[in-house]
Amino acid sequence: MKKVIIQKNAYYDSVFLMLTAKAVKQIPDVKDTIILMGTEVNLEILENVGMSMPETKNATPNDLIIAVEGETDAALEEAFQTARDLLHKRQRQVDETDEYRPASFEAAVRMAPDANLITISVPGTYAAREARRALDHGLHVMLFSDNVSLEDEVELKKRASEKGLLMMGPDCGTAIINGKPLCFANVVRQGTIGIVAASGSGLQEVCSCIDSLGVGISQAIGTGGRDLQARVGGRMMLMGIEALQNDPKTKVIVVISKPPAEEVARKVIAKLKETEKPCVVQFIGQMPQEGSELLWYAGDLEEAAGMAVALSKGEGYPGRTLFLSEAALDEIVERETRGMARNQRYLRGLYAGGTLADEAIVVFERGGFEVHSNVQTKPERMLRDPHVSRKHTIVDLGEDVFTVGRPHPMIDFSIREERLAKEMEDPEVAVILADFILGYGSHEDPCGAVLGTLGQAKQKAEDRGGYLAIVASIVGTEGDFQDLEDQRKKLESVGCVVMRSNYQAAMLARKITEALESRGAD
Amino acid sequence: MFMDVKKINKLFDEELVVINMGLDAFGDNLKKEQVRVLLMNWKPPAGGNKKLISLLEKLDK
Amino acid sequence: MKAQIKASNEEAASRILRAKPTLVDILTAGDAIPGMRKDMILHAGPPVSWERMCGPMRGAIMGGLLLEGLAKGSEEAEALAASGDIAFEPCHHHSAVGPMAGVVTWSMPVWVLENKTFGNRAYCTLNEGLGKVLRYGAFSEEVIARLKWMAEELAPFLREALLNHGEIDMKTMIAQALQMGDEGHNRNRAGTSLFIREIAPDLVRLGRDRDKIAKVFAFMHGNDHFFLNLTMPSCKCTVDAAAGISGSSVVITMARNGTDFGIRVSGLGDRWFTGPAGMVDGLFFPGFSADDAAPDIGDSVITETAGIGGFAMAAAPAIVKFVGGAPKDAINFTQRMYEITVTENDVYQIPVLDFRGTPTAIDLIKVVETGILPAINTGIAHKEPGIGMVGAGLVQPPESCFHSALEVFVEKYGK
Repeated sequence: MKKVIIQKNAYYDSVFLMLTAKAVKQIPDVKDTIILMGTEVNLEILENVGMSMPETKNATPNDLIIAVEGETDAALEEAFQTARDLLHKRQRQVDETDEYRPASFEAAVRMAPDANLITISVPGTYAAREARRALDHGLHVMLFSDNVSLEDEVELKKRASEKGLLMMGPDCGTAIINGKPLCFANVVRQGTIGIVAASGSGLQEVCSCIDSLGVGISQAIGTGGRDLQARVGGRMMLMGIEALQNDPKTKVIVVISKPPAEEVARKVIAKLKETEKPCVVQFIGQMPQEGSELLWYAGDLEEAAGMAVALSKGEGYPGRTLFLSEAALDEIVERETRGMARNQRYLRGLYAGGTLADEAIVVFERGGFEVHSNVQTKPERMLRDPHVSRKHTIVDLGEDVFTVGRPHPMIDFSIREERLAKEMEDPEVAVILADFILGYGSHEDPCGAVLGTLGQAKQKAEDRGGYLAIVASIVGTEGDFQDLEDQRKKLESVGCVVMRSNYQAAMLARKITEALESRGAD
Repeated sequence: MFMDVKKINKLFDEELVVINMGLDAFGDNLKKEQVRVLLMNWKPPAGGNKKLISLLEKLDK
Repeated sequence: MKAQIKASNEEAASRILRAKPTLVDILTAGDAIPGMRKDMILHAGPPVSWERMCGPMRGAIMGGLLLEGLAKGSEEAEALAASGDIAFEPCHHHSAVGPMAGVVTWSMPVWVLENKTFGNRAYCTLNEGLGKVLRYGAFSEEVIARLKWMAEELAPFLREALLNHGEIDMKTMIAQALQMGDEGHNRNRAGTSLFIREIAPDLVRLGRDRDKIAKVFAFMHGNDHFFLNLTMPSCKCTVDAAAGISGSSVVITMARNGTDFGIRVSGLGDRWFTGPAGMVDGLFFPGFSADDAAPDIGDSVITETAGIGGFAMAAAPAIVKFVGGAPKDAINFTQRMYEITVTENDVYQIPVLDFRGTPTAIDLIKVVETGILPAINTGIAHKEPGIGMVGAGLVQPPESCFHSALEVFVEKYGK
């Protein structure tokens, strides 16, 4: 039975609502719950999941919709009561804070006339207008919101560059300015390496590696994922590089992105060459070229960090310092494959960080493997159904198809657990590869949250007479609140192999897969 | 392309004073890092009414 | 355009702040009110036809016709009212304001307020008291008799005392009342006391019959809302000076007639934008409930328009129980009003907010953008004529007024 309650003139942020829905779903005899604001997009979602009801048809974006499907009336009652309690508690929290929380931008700047930066994470439909207004007021902008049109992005970045302000985004998940975390970000040591990145998880991974090498960053500027597309022209990337060039605290500049449009790549490289500071470039997936004394091309994110660290010390790049010796690696491979069944051969990569997934795909493709994915560029490697793996598969679980109506996998682990539950039923799976991202904005215990399911997966393989290898990397620093060491120990307690970087984790997973392939060939 | 990034470099030398518009978690995290942040109680403009929003936009210029 | 609107609004706000509402005289409506006629009755709110008028408004009009001797008996009064021979016009069209039904007729005495800075004037009848009075739609002999006494004794005595005393600076008196727990709309006890105190020596010095003077004092003292009929025209002449500024989205009129709620905008001339008058959300006096309530009625919302009343709610702890119970609720309401106004008052201040000035000059554009509607503190009338006030609480204007006003504003000024 289904029932819906509508609360008029209420507004809660989407993440809070999704977490509330999750709590309600735990109630026994509740089959499904969906809680969202009555925007057009959301009403469509409601329709698509079969929870649209006559009362919801006329809902406005200012109305809160709580829709529940349950087995019994009592379950429905409990569901609504729980939802109401959580919402009420939240409202009281908001009401009881001593400081008034302004509803309008104008009231906000009146209350904080010396504000210099705004973080905007409102629904995409409204984001461009708010960002424009903020720029006109002279604020630097961190625009987390996605679903902003390319046209709007171009216009916003033009406006920002005319005014000399930062426009980090749209779709910019990560930045660290003056050592302070904006949106999803790790606590990173202060230092002399400046980064400009068109990738959130890429930025986090590089920061994480730099920090683990005992060095720090000056600034980490995010540009949003589309910055280096032709129409946007790398505008924010170029501004970021210019600012780092002028910044006395920055001694090395690192640039991270997916491969840019050709003319944009040329502009960026030219700009880097102008700076006279040593620079590292990482265009994920692009084969590193021959660099020069002051311009180095990295092969992957970890290498970008390693090169930056070496340059910051005025040293040559000694090669991978986080890497285990070949012997050590081979030992791990042997140990992990020892107990595997004859028919186990496939890799399944379950990723929350998009760039990290990309990097893993590149690692495998460079090893000659065909990898299927929901984010493949080659059409024949695109998964027909993103929810169903095929042979070697690496999925980006943060993509829209998985996150519609649900929190991002960095915040909530149900998406990952659901996929893992599927993969563990497949006897041909040999190795699971996964990322765990710590830091502000992420779940408070990413490794602990999936521990049960990971253990289950291992058990199932064992019950079938085989062995499941689980290889992971943790993106995080000792400064992060989730406790890096503790997170690592948790994974190791269920037999996961934890590597120091995504590149290494992917390489290890590849070596395991290679070993299985050659074993199969005997 | 001429770029004046003076204001960005100025930001690098200043204390961050942030307005958080949207998800509260982002503002709360800044508070944990001792950043001066003003959390807003943002709602969609004009209750999300598209017609009214397009009227308001005509006055934005 | 944005810059132009901002400049126009700042001009409007500036004029409102510079107002100096001053009590200068008491005259009859016929003598003082521009455009007043013997066959005309003024009423509260936007224009409304007899057919659409609510019970209390009709009762008040019938009483007005009886008072002026234009009809004998209620049947004749009703027939005359429906005949079309009497012109019904909003007080607002004649620089006047009236509480509840707000009926003003030719012979009624009215307070005369002058905005000294700009020279414009505003008018309002004297408050009759509570319960069975004309403004709640009562028209019994008792009501008529009282109105006659007000015209024959109350008003002339007060007038003489006033002229001897000299003009009274209402801005200062209202500012003081706000710091004594009043907000100028729903709570006027302090203001009434201050006024009596101010005029007392001059009333005594008139040297008239002691009992008659005592009756004047007792009359004022017995009605906490006596001061309301002074705050209202003070606010009216204040905001009128900000009318007609090209490009300004400041709301210079808000008013209801028990059927419709109407607003007018500075940059949109005399045009009314109306929507259905709402039901007040509040507490009812013992013996009454929501079923007894009339829809929102009266010109008293001119107080909010000028930045007091509901906009100074945080200054009036006694109002708090009508709006949710905790003092923080009243403060919260006032805080929200800062989001939809252009400026903060420099004279009307709120002690509990560290003497911050009240939110002043409502901006139509901000109302629509934020979805925050002006908070109005008001009394609730009984829906049947002649019973009186049955409660008090919070009401909001219908958002449709602001939506239609915005559409016209954008048509006129948008690019």
